[in-house]
Amino acid sequence: MMRSPRLALYITMTTFVLAFLISASQYPSMLSTRVVANLLTDNAFLGLTAVGMTFVILSGGIDLSVGSVIAFSGVFLAVILRDTSMHPLVAFVLLLMVTTAFGAAMGSIIHYLEMPPFIVTLAGMFLMRGLAYVLSTDSVPITHPFYDTIQDVVWKAPGGGRFRLIGGIMILAYIVAMIVLHKTRFGRNVYALGGSAGTARLMGVPIARTTITIYAIGGGLAGLAGIVYSIYTSAGYSLATVGVELDAIAAVVIGGTLLSGGSGYVAGTFFGILIMGLIQTYIVFDGTLSSWWTKIVIGGLLFAFIMLQKALGWATTKGRRPASESATQS
Amino acid sequence: METQMKPILRAKGIDKFFAGAIALDKVDLTLYPGEVHALLGENGAGKSTLIKSLTGAYHRDGGTIELDGAQIDPRSPVESQALGIGTVYQEVNLLENMSVSDNLFLGWQPMKRRLLDHREMHRRAREILKGYGLDIDPTQLLSSYSIAIQQVVAIARAVELSGKVLILDEPTASLDREEIELVFSVVRNLTSRGMAVVFITHFLDQVFELCDRATVLRNGCVVGERKLADVSQGDIVELMLGHHLEATKRRAKQSSPGETILSMKGFGKRGMIEPFDLDLREGEVVGLAGLLGSGRTETCKVIFGVVSADQGSAELSGKSIRLSSPRTALEHSLGLCPEDRKTDGIVGDLSVRENIILSLQARQGWTRPLKRSRINQIVDEYVKALDIRLASPNMPIRLLSGGNQQKALLARWLATEPDILILDEPTRGIDVGAHAEIIDLIERLREQGMALIVASSEMEELVAYSTRVVVLRDRRQVRELRGEEITTDRIVKSISQGETAA
Ligand SMILES: Nc1ncnc2c1ncn2[C@@H]1O[C@H](COP(=O)(O)OP(=O)(O)OP(=O)(O)O)[C@@H](O)[C@H]1O
Ligand SMILES: [Mg+2]
Repeated sequence: MMRSPRLALYITMTTFVLAFLISASQYPSMLSTRVVANLLTDNAFLGLTAVGMTFVILSGGIDLSVGSVIAFSGVFLAVILRDTSMHPLVAFVLLLMVTTAFGAAMGSIIHYLEMPPFIVTLAGMFLMRGLAYVLSTDSVPITHPFYDTIQDVVWKAPGGGRFRLIGGIMILAYIVAMIVLHKTRFGRNVYALGGSAGTARLMGVPIARTTITIYAIGGGLAGLAGIVYSIYTSAGYSLATVGVELDAIAAVVIGGTLLSGGSGYVAGTFFGILIMGLIQTYIVFDGTLSSWWTKIVIGGLLFAFIMLQKALGWATTKGRRPASESATQS
Repeated sequence: METQMKPILRAKGIDKFFAGAIALDKVDLTLYPGEVHALLGENGAGKSTLIKSLTGAYHRDGGTIELDGAQIDPRSPVESQALGIGTVYQEVNLLENMSVSDNLFLGWQPMKRRLLDHREMHRRAREILKGYGLDIDPTQLLSSYSIAIQQVVAIARAVELSGKVLILDEPTASLDREEIELVFSVVRNLTSRGMAVVFITHFLDQVFELCDRATVLRNGCVVGERKLADVSQGDIVELMLGHHLEATKRRAKQSSPGETILSMKGFGKRGMIEPFDLDLREGEVVGLAGLLGSGRTETCKVIFGVVSADQGSAELSGKSIRLSSPRTALEHSLGLCPEDRKTDGIVGDLSVRENIILSLQARQGWTRPLKRSRINQIVDEYVKALDIRLASPNMPIRLLSGGNQQKALLARWLATEPDILILDEPTRGIDVGAHAEIIDLIERLREQGMALIVASSEMEELVAYSTRVVVLRDRRQVRELRGEEITTDRIVKSISQGETAA
């Protein structure tokens, strides 16, 4: 019998492949390493954010603060590198510590004060955006030579594609996330929490630790996404990345993860990101379409995938076999 | 002998208070190695609360616990599990969104090079479940298996995790005879290895079959501890209820049923239930007998339109109708009290009052709210009639004891005053006292001219109230028993022989 979460993943993958083939048949030049490389580079920060979001959503929560955390990270780095002589790597570490602690704090509030994640992370969103404004209201350029060094790390593929470091970081994050979610006890606990927190507690899942770690991961990855974004734009701007949290949520859902938690794959999120990136690329290639079509298509896709989830969920419970068929004796 | 043995677990003076209620009042519980200890009591007596207080799922307000002579103070189920006390809770079972292996091994998965070893996990899961007589694919989602299998998986997990004490809170409520046998043999096997098992149930037959001793609770107090070899079922019931209970017997006199109100021809649904004919008359109770998975529940669901039939026709009082959804069924004055109250019926966070009037309000339409005074009147009436034990009708229904939730669900459907009422396992998880009350209630409703269809796995119960008994097997109606034919023996025979037509 089919397993519905897997099936959702396969459908997302098939959607991507089909969409890519259709685009490529219209614009054969899309079938190049350049397009693929840009797809990865342009979506690196969103991809990283979506990894964290996958953890959070799988556990039955939501994190609305990530967009603000990215903006804060950018401004934080830009200001530090402008005003102090700190090496960027040290600043990176410092930043990751701050955003991870921030995520952990939100997780603690959610767990210990039993507040809905929606409210807590909404507050976190305003807080981080506000902090970014306090640091600087203008766009602060980053001119540190180390940034040029990082930007120069490229692998030139045959066909003109330039695979940059930040795309690599994103892919690495997905691989690590996959291992964590499927091959560690913590990962299974994330799913357990999303299935039912009450049941998970009775089954011995350390709810407090797991919840806090999940939001810490979300915060940490948003910080990493902030670093990547600052490398990508060479600047920090407190008004940047507004609404990125919603794009990340969309990618997670298109990737086949149940918004109510407990079911889904981080690999699906990866394809969700690729699908969203592909739509944008298609619109660029077309040239005549307004970029708002991206939103419209993503909206349609979201709707389709939510309907699909419903249908799949219904199909699994429907096919329940009676106990007698599985008993060895009788 | 036993008294000279050192107890494996000794709980003394356990107290537990809830807002507005004393759930446990200085409760003692002593377990010896190698015994099966029954924990008995009416619905709401405090059985589930006691084990939750012992295992740290609730924080107890007083008392001491000794395990193997040493004081313990588990603050969470994890802690008590690590100490050797494994539990299968009554209401919450496992995670339906995860695979069978995940459920078995959550928190103690086999590791290889610091990562989970899925292959080993699946292999061992398969092996463990074989020991329980289940040959299933553990990589599948738990939700793809029936409730009975899920229950066995829950038991398997608790057994694997605990070493000293295993607590089973109504583990057999949704199992059929064969599966109960399976669980019993596992329990016996465990006790022969020196484990102590606490067994909570409302099936007194099972208590006497399996258990050595029993502790009886009433209103949160221990009213007695007995060796079961020394007492009779009647003694235990008297202890539980505080008064004597008449044995349920077949009502000799039965008024003759009235006109046919619901008539189904060739009604069925592919893959769920073979087409059947059924005529239902006013003032009769049609019992549905059969093993678990024989199609009892499916029959109820098809009639009520929970799954719509794909063949056959139905007539209500001579007019042809389509029973395509619960909504239409409700409009035609049908009611269904489902089997699995946790997933199909109870809205946990709503108050008891809201849960009771839910269907009535739904039929009336949400734009026309019921009057407050009328609601209170209805709720009070049924709380009293069914003896639902609660602190206040305003409390969230999930805080009620399991059996009282079941009664509240029954009240919901009675409140709609249906012409036809379908009850699927109405007495599951209900104590002996309330059991008798519900049988009386069915009798009363029948006398008032209501038509009832009652599915039950308890033969005595069917014999007590049925005008006719339809026997199901392999999702097919195999026989119909009437009048004098309705005896436990005949039902059992028809179930096992199956083929012999009437
Ligand atoms: N969290 C809670 N808050 C308030 N009251 C509660 C809570 N949990 C249980 N109760 C009450 O405590 C009493 C004992 O409930 P408990 O679940 O232990 O009964 P039980 O003996 O297991 O009954 P059953 O046989 O129906 O399962 C009930 O009256 C119940 O309403
Ligand atoms: Mg109970």
